[in-house]
Amino acid sequence: MRHLLTTKDLSKTDALRILDTATQMAATQEREVRKLPTLRGKTVVNLFFEDSTRTRISFEAAAKRLSADVINFSAKGSSVSKGESLKDTALTLQAMGADAVVVRHWASGAAYQLAHGGWLHGSVLNAGDGTHQHPTQSLLDAFTIRKHLAPGGDLEGVTVAIVGDVLHSRVARSNVYLLTTLGAKVVLVAPPTLVPVGIEPWPCDVVHTLDQALDTYEIDALMMLRVQRERMTGGGFFPSPNEYSRIFGLDGDRLRRLPDHAIVMHPGPMNRGLEISAEAADSPRSVIVEQVANGVAVRMAALYLLLAGEEAAQ
Amino acid sequence: MTGTIMGAADISRALTRIAHEIVERNDGAADVVLMGIPTRGLPIAHRLAARIAEIEPAFDAELATGALDITMYRDDLFKNPTRAIGTTSVPDTGIDDAVVVLVDDVFHTGRTIRAALDAIRDLGRPRAVQLAALVDRGHRELPIRADFVGKNIPTSRSERVDVRLEEIDGEDAVILRKGE
Amino acid sequence: MSRPIVIKNANLYGDTVASLLIENGVITKVADTIETPDDAVVVEADGLVVLPGLVDLHTHLREPGREDAETIETGSRAAARGGWTAVHAMANTNPVADTAGVVEQVYSRGQEIGLIDVYPVGAVTIGLKGEHLSEMGAMASSKARVRLFSDDGVCVYDPVIMRRALEYVKTFDGAVVQHAQDLRLTEGAQMHEGEVSAELGLAGWPAVAEESIVARDALLAEHVGSRVHVQHLSTAGSVEIIRWAKERGIKVTAEATPHHLLLTDESARTYDPLFKVNPPLRTQADVDALRTAVADGTIDIIATDHAPHASEDKDCEWAAASFGMLGLETALGVIQKVLVDTGAATWRDVARLMSEAPARIGQVDHLHGRPIAEGEPANLTLVDPKAAWTVTPEALASRASNTPYGGIELPGRAVATFLRGVPTHLDAQLEGAFA
Repeated sequence: MRHLLTTKDLSKTDALRILDTATQMAATQEREVRKLPTLRGKTVVNLFFEDSTRTRISFEAAAKRLSADVINFSAKGSSVSKGESLKDTALTLQAMGADAVVVRHWASGAAYQLAHGGWLHGSVLNAGDGTHQHPTQSLLDAFTIRKHLAPGGDLEGVTVAIVGDVLHSRVARSNVYLLTTLGAKVVLVAPPTLVPVGIEPWPCDVVHTLDQALDTYEIDALMMLRVQRERMTGGGFFPSPNEYSRIFGLDGDRLRRLPDHAIVMHPGPMNRGLEISAEAADSPRSVIVEQVANGVAVRMAALYLLLAGEEAAQ
Repeated sequence: MTGTIMGAADISRALTRIAHEIVERNDGAADVVLMGIPTRGLPIAHRLAARIAEIEPAFDAELATGALDITMYRDDLFKNPTRAIGTTSVPDTGIDDAVVVLVDDVFHTGRTIRAALDAIRDLGRPRAVQLAALVDRGHRELPIRADFVGKNIPTSRSERVDVRLEEIDGEDAVILRKGE
Repeated sequence: MSRPIVIKNANLYGDTVASLLIENGVITKVADTIETPDDAVVVEADGLVVLPGLVDLHTHLREPGREDAETIETGSRAAARGGWTAVHAMANTNPVADTAGVVEQVYSRGQEIGLIDVYPVGAVTIGLKGEHLSEMGAMASSKARVRLFSDDGVCVYDPVIMRRALEYVKTFDGAVVQHAQDLRLTEGAQMHEGEVSAELGLAGWPAVAEESIVARDALLAEHVGSRVHVQHLSTAGSVEIIRWAKERGIKVTAEATPHHLLLTDESARTYDPLFKVNPPLRTQADVDALRTAVADGTIDIIATDHAPHASEDKDCEWAAASFGMLGLETALGVIQKVLVDTGAATWRDVARLMSEAPARIGQVDHLHGRPIAEGEPANLTLVDPKAAWTVTPEALASRASNTPYGGIELPGRAVATFLRGVPTHLDAQLEGAFA
């Protein structure tokens, strides 16, 4: 594996390898000494064009626990006010000797461009690009689902419902491909205004109310996506936050309609009271906090698989 | 000299002898923990534990045997294709103040054992660490020696020593092969 | 004046072998054999197709304002190399070509360089802002003799402004040239809205945003009895609307670009902004519909929408990149590939699509797009349909290098271009004859 850019072209073998490696990484994190010497001498750059303290800290912890040197690089700029160009940034990182670049970017495709622009020799790890992909988020979701519902195996027979703003969600895009590759059935639940035109080839079902999803499917894992309030009002994608909550929010009543073994997930940060009620977020079925911990193990696995054996691969 | 160097009976005798040596060296087996290095060090550790339990009935073979995956401690990670990471399991009692006997199939350059010593350090602080190997083929690259050896086999660098075990390979044998 | 030129055994329009004599910028003889005057330059043209000099109705020359991307001079050279003898320069320069002063400057600069005739297109509204009509009458009566008006780059979106513009250009028998794009439906749009955009997470530019404006403008043109020309048609739906409008007798004409006839939205999978263009590359079904429409005459002309951009505007994130791609030097090769070599059109059709019809729509048909006949101006393009070449972006004459065809082989190219009998482009093999 040279780069980790999208879950769409990840084979089942590769996906399981990452999850298996993550399982071993998670085991090391229960020890007293959690630091491993594995990536000593390697430099990992966290290149963040978009603020995301949570994701950056998770990658930073993962890299440091593998003894890599970590450089955090916050690049300002947006589609409106261009800052330093992607190309110049890449050339700078190349000059610094980055072995891996973890990139978070507001533009879809930025990670792909970094990997294929010929500017960098290091591995590129996509930590979220625009509304395209966020592979490690979906890997940690898959890791969490597997741990609870299918230890050691694939996700054959598991039904996962993903609820919310699919149109703008890189988490949804990543999960649709990864979870189905692993054998799960994915159901997207969203208002038609937040479902992309051209979704037909996606390997999943689409329904338009959470109640319909609960009635129709035996849901094993229910993933609530973060909803941005500005899309509700100014964006005109939905009449009001209240109506969204009524139709798509996970409250106590809907929680109780899930099968007993079902888990509730959220990539964070949550809007309590909008897409998820406090009762649901804090219930014993919620694995939301665990997702965060699993994120470190999955990112350790990804960094290990990208960087160990790197020289031989080149 | 190539071909089968040790047969099933030879391996069995060697392991029995090593088990006795471990008990003798440590005045019993009360504090002994066997840590097998995957892949083939692990079944050898289990066999040794079973033999020690025959000598010292108080020794709980199951409880006192663990696995020590050293992949993440290797110093040649970046020179080889990416390796899958194996399982490390430590006995519930931990390894603090125990006598840890590292168990491997072939003792060669010493680099694996160096990595194992690093891995052990991250798991706890044993009273002592000892090394048992079924075969010592020489060519040390580090100042490390074995405490218990099944058989010393002089080899040239280009030769390969294949240890085959019933649990993994369906037969017990040590085979010396010419290098490619 | 210059020496006479004899073009021997050329294939006129790809269907008639004849020789041409050019004297003082005029074709003076067309015959099977021509007695070569003593001082004449002889071009052995066996196998070469002769077309009337190509006329582009849609070019961005970037001067004034973005001379780092293209100038009238570099653009003229690119045009000559592509086989063009005239181009219509779009108004979205800085300053905008919304006054007689700017259009005269552009026109004069083109004449001064002398490689092609540059015909400025005037802005419909002041500053392309879509609010107030520009002084179209002044531009029409200026030295530049502007007849086409366009806010290209943006749509004339306000239906009242569009109506008034259509009415107003009747004064001097002009036409409004529309960049059909519903602005509200395409806010932040990055590529064709469909299966590829859904997967790539790039904001969609729906086909309906073009089609609704095409339909509206056709109806407005009918209502006020004026002429509208629709630029860069990109969807199968737009083709249907144009077909319907023409059957109804509405004075509407339409163009297609070479890139919309060859490339699809699949190109966006590379996230390479070289494929970012407005309107966006569409699906294969749209490409097929456009090709059919070009072949059956629903689409009147091929125009390049040659849009040079400085490298920093393309060497960046897709969403931050500018829209547009180069086209002047590759158009003929692409058209040969997608229309001629596929049997969808003949070279005679190409003469109509890329010279005669655009000259007529641009009202420069007294000078360009003329028959290849005795007494006509010698604005000619010699095409070698067997001279395959691989596009090298840096080797193009444009100042910019944002071609989407880098590394792609095109089947043929213009090997010589003549503007009023003067060679403005000569392939290496022909240079010797003129030395």
